[in-house]
Amino acid sequence: MHHEHPPDYPLTVHDLTVAYQRKPVIWDVELNIPEGKLVGIVGPNGAGKSTLIKACLDLIPKTSGWAHIYGKPYRANRHLVGYVPQRESVDWDFPVSALDVVAMGTYRRLGWFRRVGRKQRAAAMEALEKVGIGSLAHRQISQLSGGQQQRVFLARALAQDARVYFMDEPFAAVDAATEQAIVTLLKELRERGRTCLVVHHDLATVGEYFDWTVLLNMRVVASGPTAEVFTDDNLRKTYGGRLALLDRAANALTRS
Amino acid sequence: MPFTLDDFLRVLLLQDYNTQLVVGATALLGLGSGVVGSLLLLRKRSLMGDVLSHATLPGIALAFAILTSLGGAGKSLPALLGGATLSGLAGVAVMLAIRRTTRLRDDVAMGFVLSVFFGTGVAILQMVRNLPDASGLMSFVYGKTASIVLSDFTFIATVSVAACAVSIVLLKEFTLLCFDESYAASQGWPVLLLDVLLLGLVTAVTVIGLQSVGLILVIAFLIIPAAAARFWTERLGVMLVLSGIIGAFSGWLGASLSALLQDTPAGAVIVIAAASVFLVSMFFGTKRGIVPRYLDHRHLQRRVGRQHLLRSVYEVLEGDAGPIANHPVPRGELLAHRSWTPHQLKQLLSLARREDHLESTADPDSILLSESGFGEAARITRNHRLWELYLIRHADIAPSHVDRDADMVEHILGPEMVRELERELAPDLQIPASPHRI
Repeated sequence: MHHEHPPDYPLTVHDLTVAYQRKPVIWDVELNIPEGKLVGIVGPNGAGKSTLIKACLDLIPKTSGWAHIYGKPYRANRHLVGYVPQRESVDWDFPVSALDVVAMGTYRRLGWFRRVGRKQRAAAMEALEKVGIGSLAHRQISQLSGGQQQRVFLARALAQDARVYFMDEPFAAVDAATEQAIVTLLKELRERGRTCLVVHHDLATVGEYFDWTVLLNMRVVASGPTAEVFTDDNLRKTYGGRLALLDRAANALTRS
Repeated sequence: MPFTLDDFLRVLLLQDYNTQLVVGATALLGLGSGVVGSLLLLRKRSLMGDVLSHATLPGIALAFAILTSLGGAGKSLPALLGGATLSGLAGVAVMLAIRRTTRLRDDVAMGFVLSVFFGTGVAILQMVRNLPDASGLMSFVYGKTASIVLSDFTFIATVSVAACAVSIVLLKEFTLLCFDESYAASQGWPVLLLDVLLLGLVTAVTVIGLQSVGLILVIAFLIIPAAAARFWTERLGVMLVLSGIIGAFSGWLGASLSALLQDTPAGAVIVIAAASVFLVSMFFGTKRGIVPRYLDHRHLQRRVGRQHLLRSVYEVLEGDAGPIANHPVPRGELLAHRSWTPHQLKQLLSLARREDHLESTADPDSILLSESGFGEAARITRNHRLWELYLIRHADIAPSHVDRDADMVEHILGPEMVRELERELAPDLQIPASPHRI
């Protein structure tokens, strides 16, 4: 089968397989993500959602295939990419303030040896304000709540001013206020023509939050506009026989 | 004591040339290890330093054996340290290889490499012990500061200062590596190269520490100052500087004492000096020390207790018919109002008396608020009710659960938030009625 991968798309993936110790985690992934979409990456636990993101960002080796950012390998275009890792992936007891963490978003542009200066601090502060926790800039990060820590991570990606964002479960275990703040932020990014790929767990909110959905269970079950792709049939293919879960999702779907 | 106070001062104040060298070198070593050790601690690889230092022994012994068999002077320091570096790095490499290729956990890989390399080193040392000049080799195990001469001093000073300089120049990069490796990688920072650089720094300070502190205890210099510094600060830059200072201080004190107590291995004394600083930091460190944290907790408990007491009195007064007025309240009623034991209540009352919130009454079994106490009670009750209302309106928490949460959060709310709530919820409110039955 022949696959077209337009080079002006923020993310195109061709024939991507990732395997750990000979056991494939995701295989034969073909994706074309158009610009300016909020993309939900949805699938059961262990479906390879984080793996897909990490493989796109060159963080883990690909067994085969490629992932391009705006038509070029990640190496060449990584300055266009903002990454929000899972919150649990770092030690929040680290001796830095919220502002310090957000300022890390400016490091790449600063380059080697050069220190964070007034300009970078101002950019970091602006990003913190945007996620609504400017008043907490000088708090040590362990003194922030889970939701606030997640906002710090988002602010760090914002400070980069990227064109395509990869977010690994930003909605995991955050309070309702943070969830709303993140949704507002996502919509704002979309208005500015940015693309956001978001690993997401909560089927009930997929229809509400994302205009593009990738259903993933080791392989891509479906990828496209949420209205077309997020169907009962596709969900069944993605989640298999877990009917209780599916029914709940279906209810949520009919409600929205 | 085999020395006088005069000796003691002479050594501490570096009045002999020899002690100047020894103590100066050890203090500089402490500075370098303190700074590099902080980074290692934050990278959560402290024990890698231990693997590295133990793995230096076979290198030292082999270098000695090879030099002697080639007919040279076996105890050429650069050659011995070169051997130490090579086998130390080989140890780390084996450890990393085990971690990568097998499913063994880190601690197993470390324990394996550390003991096997050290054991091999001891065995080789035993074999070469009869060669001429071999006796001094044991000083690498426990450290012997007295053997330091001017060239050693220059070497230690150069390496240590260079290690500090590299740590500071690359502080931004190392911070990112230690805090969030995968984000660093996604941004194109060469994570592997940075890790290798950090390993290089650790190797450098370990190798210059072999001679004075010894390979068993040099790890203490990498871990203890950094761990001690962490109790005093939440800022990485400050931690680095502080750790360097603590390392230098421990080195200076330890080397001086070791010079006084002739037969004591320097490494041991230095570790004890560093550990003393650590203990003081652990108890009194301003940010994470046990005592400040305990005091903080006590302070919070008292504040909460005081608020509970005043509010309870106020709520009992409110139970009367008619407009609220201040009059004595029986103890029994207060005890029934909250979960206090009579003893706890007594403590709270004596605290309130000290703050002039209570008036003395003729009846010892009743409590009367003073004018200021009554005002304070009204204020606290009002804040509390506002918060309850806020919770009910803004977060879907069932009113029957509010009281408990409110008590927790209320004490975290500042006056600014309280004003905001007042404005938002009840602009001309005096005391809002409790939203649930008291």
